[in-house]
Amino acid sequence: MNWVWFHKLASPPTAYAFARALRPWLLWPSILMMLWASYAGLFVVPPDYQQLDAYRIIFVHVPAASMSLMVYSMMAIAAGIGLIWHMKLAHAVAAACVLPGTVFTVLALATGAIWGKPMWGAWWAWDPRLTTELILLFLYLGYMALRASFDDIGRADRASAVLALVGLVNIPIIKYSVVWWNSLHQGKTLSMFGKSSIDPTMVAPLLVMLLAFLMFFGAILCDGLCAQILRRERHAQWLLKQVS
Amino acid sequence: MTPRHRRMLFVALILLAVSTAAGFLLTALNGNVQYNIVPSDVFAGKAPKDRTFRLGGMVEQGSVKRELGNLQIQFVITDFAHEVTVRYTGVLPDLFREGQGVVVRGKLVEPTADLPQGQLLMLADEVLAKHDENYMPPNVAESLKKTHDVRRMQESTSGSATAAP
Repeated sequence: MNWVWFHKLASPPTAYAFARALRPWLLWPSILMMLWASYAGLFVVPPDYQQLDAYRIIFVHVPAASMSLMVYSMMAIAAGIGLIWHMKLAHAVAAACVLPGTVFTVLALATGAIWGKPMWGAWWAWDPRLTTELILLFLYLGYMALRASFDDIGRADRASAVLALVGLVNIPIIKYSVVWWNSLHQGKTLSMFGKSSIDPTMVAPLLVMLLAFLMFFGAILCDGLCAQILRRERHAQWLLKQVS
Repeated sequence: MTPRHRRMLFVALILLAVSTAAGFLLTALNGNVQYNIVPSDVFAGKAPKDRTFRLGGMVEQGSVKRELGNLQIQFVITDFAHEVTVRYTGVLPDLFREGQGVVVRGKLVEPTADLPQGQLLMLADEVLAKHDENYMPPNVAESLKKTHDVRRMQESTSGSATAAP
């Protein structure tokens, strides 16, 4: 297999140009899709037989929660690649993941609390799913804090990569918490293989919102990556040429 | 071993060590931590005495009794084997209804005289309603229920037909 394209992409100038070019193609369609999914989720799909209109927050809650797990996995894998192959761009990707990941986690926890109050009767419960998701938030915050505590970017990369890898164990626990323990939180709604437990008439806004969040994250990642490259390569010739 | 292999091993060892630790922790937790216990556990003596715990189960059909003019409510939680009577004062979640899964936090107390003999009583500080992951429009739920009922009716009639001589 020829890895030349990969090495090329991993070089900061190419990655910088690639991220800048890709960003608008992800950002604007994702915003349109979010608007459509919000409209369809609020006004088009039928109400739930039990929760009536209150279930509609699912169209934000589930995609946000899925993204919080996906972004963390990506951050940890990028950090691992950076650690093993001494790839600076992989560390830059990991560093760019943490902010959107934190926002998705906060969004999942906040929408969950807003949903939980009227339906369950409590903003918060020390349920396995909720607790492990809260730990995920602390992992993101810890990663940020650890990164900020080093002046040397190389040491920050390595130390935070170890933390990201250690925290990776939490991801399957969050995912299977509703299967392993009988608890307050309901089971999973979407299933990659097999039947989803949401009625087909309601599933479109959920899938579109998930894809929109994914693309929006891609756009934010492009921004973050560019910022990381600008910071890391601030003395490089190619960058000075590009900026001047 | 090249430095790169050494780093690969390092990452693999981190993942292995952490997942082993998490595995041990989870197996240990599984024995001790249960989010809620069911009425059968209470009857088996597994419920803590003089301490609050969470009781999970179904609100029995026809068991909800409200008092006029205040927020007191009494209902029976069942796991279809055993039952516990629960008393609660406060606002109930929207999804609370008969036949719904609930999780109640409270303490077991001496049953009052008006309860049937052998019935256990819990005073609850919190009532949470559970819902499942099935989301569907009301008409779909209605037709699902209908086909379910029809099938059950057919089964019972065919069953009685074969039973009849």
